[in-house]
Amino acid sequence: MKYVNEYRDGRLARSLAETITRIADPAKHYHFMEFCGGHTHAISRYGIEDLLPANVRMIHGPGCPVCVLPVGRIDAAIALAERPEVTLCTYGDLMRVPGSHGTSLLRAKAAGADIRMVYSTLDAIGIAEAEPERQVVFFAIGFETTTPPTALAIRLAAQKKLSNFSVFCNHVLTPSAIQNILESPDVRSLGTVRIDGFIGPAHVSTVIGTEPYNFFAEEFAKPVVVAGFEPLDVMQAILMLIAQVNDGRHEVENQYVRAVTPGGNARAKAEVAEIFELRKSFEWRGLGMVPYSGLRLKEAYAAFDAERRFGIDYVPARDNPACECGAILRGVKKPVDCKLFGTVCTPETPMGSCMVSAEGACAAHWTYGRFRDHARRKAS
Amino acid sequence: MSPKAYRRRLDIKNGRVDLSHGSGGRAMAQLIADVFHEALDNEWLRQGNDQAAFDVGAGRMVMTTDGYVISPLFFPGGDIGSLAVHGTVNDVAMAGARPLYLSASFIIEEGFPFADLKRIADSMGEAARAAGVPVVTGDTKVVERGKADGVFISTTGIGVVPAGLDLSAEKARAGDRVIVSGTLGDHGVAVMSKRQNLTFDTAIVSDSAALHELVAAMVAAAGSGLRVMRDPTRGGLAATLNELAQQSKVGFRIDEDALPVKPEVAAACELLGLDPLYVANEGKLVAIVAPEAAAVVLAAMRAHPHGRDAAVVGEAVVDDHRFVQMTTAFGGGRIVDWLSGEQLPRIC
Repeated sequence: MKYVNEYRDGRLARSLAETITRIADPAKHYHFMEFCGGHTHAISRYGIEDLLPANVRMIHGPGCPVCVLPVGRIDAAIALAERPEVTLCTYGDLMRVPGSHGTSLLRAKAAGADIRMVYSTLDAIGIAEAEPERQVVFFAIGFETTTPPTALAIRLAAQKKLSNFSVFCNHVLTPSAIQNILESPDVRSLGTVRIDGFIGPAHVSTVIGTEPYNFFAEEFAKPVVVAGFEPLDVMQAILMLIAQVNDGRHEVENQYVRAVTPGGNARAKAEVAEIFELRKSFEWRGLGMVPYSGLRLKEAYAAFDAERRFGIDYVPARDNPACECGAILRGVKKPVDCKLFGTVCTPETPMGSCMVSAEGACAAHWTYGRFRDHARRKAS
Repeated sequence: MSPKAYRRRLDIKNGRVDLSHGSGGRAMAQLIADVFHEALDNEWLRQGNDQAAFDVGAGRMVMTTDGYVISPLFFPGGDIGSLAVHGTVNDVAMAGARPLYLSASFIIEEGFPFADLKRIADSMGEAARAAGVPVVTGDTKVVERGKADGVFISTTGIGVVPAGLDLSAEKARAGDRVIVSGTLGDHGVAVMSKRQNLTFDTAIVSDSAALHELVAAMVAAAGSGLRVMRDPTRGGLAATLNELAQQSKVGFRIDEDALPVKPEVAAACELLGLDPLYVANEGKLVAIVAPEAAAVVLAAMRAHPHGRDAAVVGEAVVDDHRFVQMTTAFGGGRIVDWLSGEQLPRIC
């Protein structure tokens, strides 16, 4: 696998780990948040935690599109799929996400709803063309990375004059969520959560570039390193963040130079701007209502908006009150601090957002790292 | 009048299965004769009884049964017919047994083309002959359109365990070595490459194969040095080791660098967001072997075509939590956990 194995070289990793240990000031503690679930997954899957010195702590942020989709939106998708005329098309990892009362798309499918797993928005367009008697709804979720393909599908549907295709839009914006975390009382006023820097999501930045992070670096005086999702990318980003902290700098740096530019992808941004506009507010699972953090279809494309076509009224639904996801997503708590973790809440029976997707902080810790808890308990 | 006088052969090229082919009448007799008996021919089937009577040698008998519901029915390197033979032969062989006979039950959906059914039956016959394990009895049912997905096959297999051999899932002990017989994930990736909505070009073909001769070579080499054998089918190596950890009350520690995975399989998994550790195999086995027997078992495996890529990938360890842990290529640690539900491609 050319261009993959190079970023998973064990010898290079150990050499990077040695450099990190050498430059990390033993008198200091470093707390870095990786915003994106892809980074969380890489850190857990490759055991990077074992290679870092004890004074470097990674805080797993909220950046998994499946995790942050609120229960009410899953409920709405299930209700849509249960309409006899509707075929709901969805990405695979949404199938198991729990809605209210133990429902999920997987269970709704078993009960007879026409729900089909697709691998791209174009698959959904294909189904709409092949089955004109069905109302095909694409369940669109994700950050800036998955928004352009949804925009493309809507444009194609308009060109083809497809009257049986629509999009249930749940696209969200990364910078708004980062701002929400940095402005949360825990981080800004109470100081209970220390965040010394961010690893920025690479795939998002291939679209939006690095410029949107300049605001955070300046306003909150936090270094940001935009990094790829390969384990060596993550380790190099950690090294770059430590160097910035040591130097007292707070700049936006780009580790993922092989794909990210300051300005991003102008064509993709223009496509998204043509079709989508900001919602005043959008609910995030674990973070609550976040202003100007979600997208909806513009008036000109209202014909393809499933919320309008089917008159979806959004009804928020509550997570389990004992669930600590909100605190875990902001770095206030760790997965093991939640009393639901590993008891009633496991990947088989996820209660909260962090356990829902494989990239959530709790799921990653349960799946890859929980042996460390037992080892720690034994040692103490 | 001889029975042949009224027989007209099925129109294999253009015909389809209809409900009469499962009704127990002449049409069903004709289907069985023209498709199944022809493809699977042997002395027991030819007797035309509802059961097969045969001699068995002395020793402990092994019996297993399995259902095959794969989609698509035909995939690179195999099809549901050969798979139904290999899978059941392997389940018998994992006890260290010599497989002797198979039975096969077909549930066919109304409208299924004769040509595809014949292709499946021929492939099944070829696999059974190659393995030297005949299908000696069977059953055919036809269900209405929409009540099955083309063809479902159930096969039962029996075999005999050599005297003195007693392999079982609770016999792994701390210190035992974990050996896999070859590269992981080939079958799962080959099948996925032909799934609806997911067609992609790959040179990977299924590893579907009967492993009883490889097993016989391992038994001859190590005998009681073998503790457990299992074929890591659905759920892959990860599920197999987690099952064995529970049953044997041990943990396992494997080494990522030692796991044999073809670059093409790794690349396909990368693209789909899957982990080869969890992807299905149909022609591979996992052996838990006493440490002193590991070298001789590995050598015997590598001398056999189905085991030439065999590798020691880890060992059983004392662990109250029954974790399967892996030392990553980075030198860090992680759990190789049970899969939660089906492994689904990720959004990003």
